[in-house]
Amino acid sequence: MREMTYSEAMAIGIQEALAEDESVVLIGAGFGGLRGDPAVWGPLRERFGDRITSPPIAELGYCGIAVGAALTGLRPIVAIGTGAFSFEAFPQIANEAPQAYYGTRGQVTCPVVFHMRAGIRGAGALQHSIAPQAMYWNTPGLEICVPGSPADVRGLIKAAVRSNNPTIFIDHERLHPLVGEVDESTGGDIPLGVADVKREGSDVTIVATSIMVPRALEAAETLAGQGIDAEVVDPRTLVPLDTEAILRSVARTGRVVVADETQKSCGVASEIAATIAEEGFESLRAPIKRVAIPNVPIPYHQAEEDYITPTARHIVEAAEAVCR
Amino acid sequence: MATAGTVVHNLKSALHRMMLIRRVEEQVIDLATSFDDLIRGHYHVYIGQEATGVGACMALGPDDYMFTTHRNHGHVIARGGEPGPVIAEIIGRTTGYNKGRGGTFHVIAKHLGVLQTSAIVGGGVPMAAGAAFSARMRGTDQVSLVFFGDGVLEEGAFHEALNMSSLWNLPLIMMCENNSVPQEGRRQGEYPTSSFAATQLADVASAMNVEAHVVDGSDVRQVGELLAGLVGRAREGEGPFFIESRINRWPGNRGQFPQLIGGPHRMAWTWNPGTADTRLQDWLADSDPVSLLCRSLVEEGAMTRKEIEEVDAAARQEAEEAREFALSSPMPSPESAMDYIFAEGETR
Repeated sequence: MREMTYSEAMAIGIQEALAEDESVVLIGAGFGGLRGDPAVWGPLRERFGDRITSPPIAELGYCGIAVGAALTGLRPIVAIGTGAFSFEAFPQIANEAPQAYYGTRGQVTCPVVFHMRAGIRGAGALQHSIAPQAMYWNTPGLEICVPGSPADVRGLIKAAVRSNNPTIFIDHERLHPLVGEVDESTGGDIPLGVADVKREGSDVTIVATSIMVPRALEAAETLAGQGIDAEVVDPRTLVPLDTEAILRSVARTGRVVVADETQKSCGVASEIAATIAEEGFESLRAPIKRVAIPNVPIPYHQAEEDYITPTARHIVEAAEAVCR
Repeated sequence: MATAGTVVHNLKSALHRMMLIRRVEEQVIDLATSFDDLIRGHYHVYIGQEATGVGACMALGPDDYMFTTHRNHGHVIARGGEPGPVIAEIIGRTTGYNKGRGGTFHVIAKHLGVLQTSAIVGGGVPMAAGAAFSARMRGTDQVSLVFFGDGVLEEGAFHEALNMSSLWNLPLIMMCENNSVPQEGRRQGEYPTSSFAATQLADVASAMNVEAHVVDGSDVRQVGELLAGLVGRAREGEGPFFIESRINRWPGNRGQFPQLIGGPHRMAWTWNPGTADTRLQDWLADSDPVSLLCRSLVEEGAMTRKEIEEVDAAARQEAEEAREFALSSPMPSPESAMDYIFAEGETR
């Protein structure tokens, strides 16, 4: 076990994916983001430079190239950069890649990973703060990974690359400095579609994804001080979604807060809450609460940005309300 | 090295493919107009463009990739596709190449290197560039050929893919079938389409340092010879290439709901265009790729009218059998709509 940042764990996972299969290629150089740590990303570029291609500023074009490459024997990981940039490539991501397998009744696969850094990063303002996972969740045929810890990002990036389906892989900008334990003595493999109980508890279930996982753990500590024992369930992947694990937890606690940093309307929390209401209604002892971004674009000024960002405090308040 | 004999043989097989495309498309139009519910919605046929598809596909090797569009039936047959599974796909039967999943918009034929057929204008070019990129990364000498209409140049996706294929010298052949030539180009001088600002389509590719050619899309020999050279050069790393194939649109095209003016093509019209409906006469005399090839083969003494009519009779019979095969094939079960959303496991 070693403590490392989320960013370093992702770089290790990508290196492991490149090492285990020579058909894996990287398109785009910006995995580390604007402040990518050279100590973390330098060795990867040095060792696998011949499999890294830096494209022009042409998201639609290079995502299409990645789709075509995936149809013909490669396993590309595409670094799109900020999540909103993926909108420039929406026709290829949403209207070509997910149709390949379905459209041929299983004859053709499209194993591409669309990687993006998303979410309210601080001063990203109107166009660089968008988390698009809910939009992609409305596109059948795409898998979606939203890892919320260093060990999870390392394991899931490899699972995404190995999967024969197109995969949306979303890192939250603010997760990159997060430190956690990673076991390098094993491959740290994590299957897609298996949730992780990040903290056990008996009074309330907090279903949290991506950046809301550390915020939920922080909230659970605060709640413990008030005598509320919270369980934190991290689905880790939205598609496939581990509905069973969520319902199992809800069956024990009877109370649910779903926390996610996308907009509240038709957001990630909405879909999870609806699934719990539909399939686990008998377990519920209080109405489900959603903690999400209100239905507004993302403002620039810190005071305004803070006002609309879902935090540990919002989770605590929601948990108190459902436990009242 | 090709000899005169192989050229004639190639032209005979080209003629057969072109006639097969024509006769299959006639069956498609007949199925669409005779039945209310077989081809649900609009569709696009390849009549009048056969020389471009067949001439280009003659130059491809068995391992090369081909990308097409909503107007895909002819391309897939030109590449060697069987008429039965093509028509079955178009009318949604389980014997179609995709077991009826895609219909007329999305005929895909994996065994022919046709892996995804996008019906979105501009969808195919980036993916075709990706197949070329993949061939290069994997160290093969495969070439990727993409057909598209002139409207694709209006889409940003084309320009992004053109730029990257040029920067990276990809083995990509961009075959633009400009079938707007008669509507706008000939009437208004050099202006090639009604909604594109460049005077010459090829200038756009040239500006990005992509070697560009203009070819008469009604002449299968011109297309075949040009493509044979370019495919070979693309294999040697000299790509990409852009070709504008100028096509005089078939008068029955009529946008998205084609019509057989005067019924299915008659060989008598080929030999004597003046016997056809007046709306077809000029096209048959100047632009119909099938009629032009037939008459030139006779003039050169390479084939007799009778031999050519036998080729046509065979193509007609194949198309009729394909229609019967498709009509007698089973339909997918309603619940099969839930199949094949995701590939299982982590198979590699």
